[in-house]
Amino acid sequence: MLDARLELRRGPLRLSVDFSVGPGPLLVTGPNGAGKTTLLLAVLGAVRPASGRLVLAGEVFFDGAEHINLPVEERQVAYVPQDSGLFPHLSVRDNVGFGLSRLAPSERSARVEAALCQLGATAVAERMPLSLSGGERQRVALARALAMQPRALLLDEPLAALDAPTRVRFRDFLAEHLRRLDVPALVVTHEAEDARVLGGEMLVLEGGHVAERGHVEVLREAPVSAFSRAFWAQH
Amino acid sequence: MPRWSRSVSAVLPVLAAGLLLAFLLVPVVALGLSTGLGEALAGLRNPLAVAALGLSLFTTTCSLLVVLLLGTSLAWMFARRTGRGWRALATLVQLPIVIPPAVSGLALLLAFGRRGLFGAWLERAGIGLPFTTAAVVLAEVFVSAPFYVQAAAASFRRLDPSLLLVARSLGAGPARTFFRVALPLSLPGLATGAALSWSRALGEFGATLMFAGNLSGRTQTLPLAIYTAMESDLGAAKAMSLVLVVVAFGLLLLVGRRAQSFLGGQSARRAP
Repeated sequence: MLDARLELRRGPLRLSVDFSVGPGPLLVTGPNGAGKTTLLLAVLGAVRPASGRLVLAGEVFFDGAEHINLPVEERQVAYVPQDSGLFPHLSVRDNVGFGLSRLAPSERSARVEAALCQLGATAVAERMPLSLSGGERQRVALARALAMQPRALLLDEPLAALDAPTRVRFRDFLAEHLRRLDVPALVVTHEAEDARVLGGEMLVLEGGHVAERGHVEVLREAPVSAFSRAFWAQH
Repeated sequence: MPRWSRSVSAVLPVLAAGLLLAFLLVPVVALGLSTGLGEALAGLRNPLAVAALGLSLFTTTCSLLVVLLLGTSLAWMFARRTGRGWRALATLVQLPIVIPPAVSGLALLLAFGRRGLFGAWLERAGIGLPFTTAAVVLAEVFVSAPFYVQAAAASFRRLDPSLLLVARSLGAGPARTFFRVALPLSLPGLATGAALSWSRALGEFGATLMFAGNLSGRTQTLPLAIYTAMESDLGAAKAMSLVLVVVAFGLLLLVGRRAQSFLGGQSARRAP
């Protein structure tokens, strides 16, 4: 369970949110500049809120009043940026093993192989990230994120960098993996079709505030805000 | 436009470019042509040259190590902090590139000389810097460090910030993030900076002369030895100059190729 009550200013944005998310995905959408990425960065610990409280599974990540602010590396929250964020100088296998440096070598390699296998990336294990296709890159990024057994998962527009056919294939693949997840996951998306396929709960951010929250199908049937109406009219 | 005017405007730029090209290359060619292989080898056997060669190699290695060790940290700080104060500081550090070397030498004397800012303090600690080999190293660090810091900071600034964030999200603290991600990805840029910095240290003349003097075997590096040999043994001067030209040419090739591969790697990274 992730409980977030956060207030922060970043450039022209004033983010002020209060929400909880249980295990499984929570889709986050909204117009450009609504604070989607900033919200992810705040949960990750890369952006410090001015005030509020952030608690994941009972552990306080941030508390403005008590001056608690856990650094990024101690939160065990996996983050996959838009362009997958693979380290270009490390092989796929070393990328996936990057977050497991504290494990014994045998356990580490077992975990890496399991993650590669689970995401169907075993065949590209020795390749360098620059030689991978967009879809392969996202699979490896997801494998790397899941290999560390994160306590929460943050995906920033995981489908945005993919071409149309790859996007459709990876979307189904991602939906399946997100459904099986037993930790909270925030997934930023700005495509109605992506949201429909990924399914589940959805949060609409507008101007730094939560404008709507509910199940994707419910929001689609009865969109409230102008943004939502335009969003669902995309297809 | 009349025809003669058109042909003049076509020829003139070619003429201007050719003139400068010739002017830049002729002196180096003259140096090579006027020094036979036998003369060069004989010149290098001059005790002045032997000592200077060794001293230059030793001091520039020391100064390069100091620059790499301290400069990398400074460059990282300049790249990571964006405040106005840091930006002003980053500009200020470039000062030794533009101030004349003789002025640098005088400034070093006024700071670390016997009657300088820290002179009394150093004397009490039993350290006399001016006119020692250590002073040569200090002068070289002073004039060459900005080249490295500038190149390294630029290289660090080109890093994709999301990669550093991903590393930290994967549990890597600041040190591991730096050594496993930032440093390897910036290495080509750092190497280019190190080569530029080392070549500047190798050619250092003015600041060394002012701050360290011209003592054979102790502070007389190659450029100072060339200057001294001009009066006694022109062959030795020419031979030492040739050594510096060959080294510089090698560095130019290295830096040129490094820079190219660096840019190539960058554009490849941006490709979809």
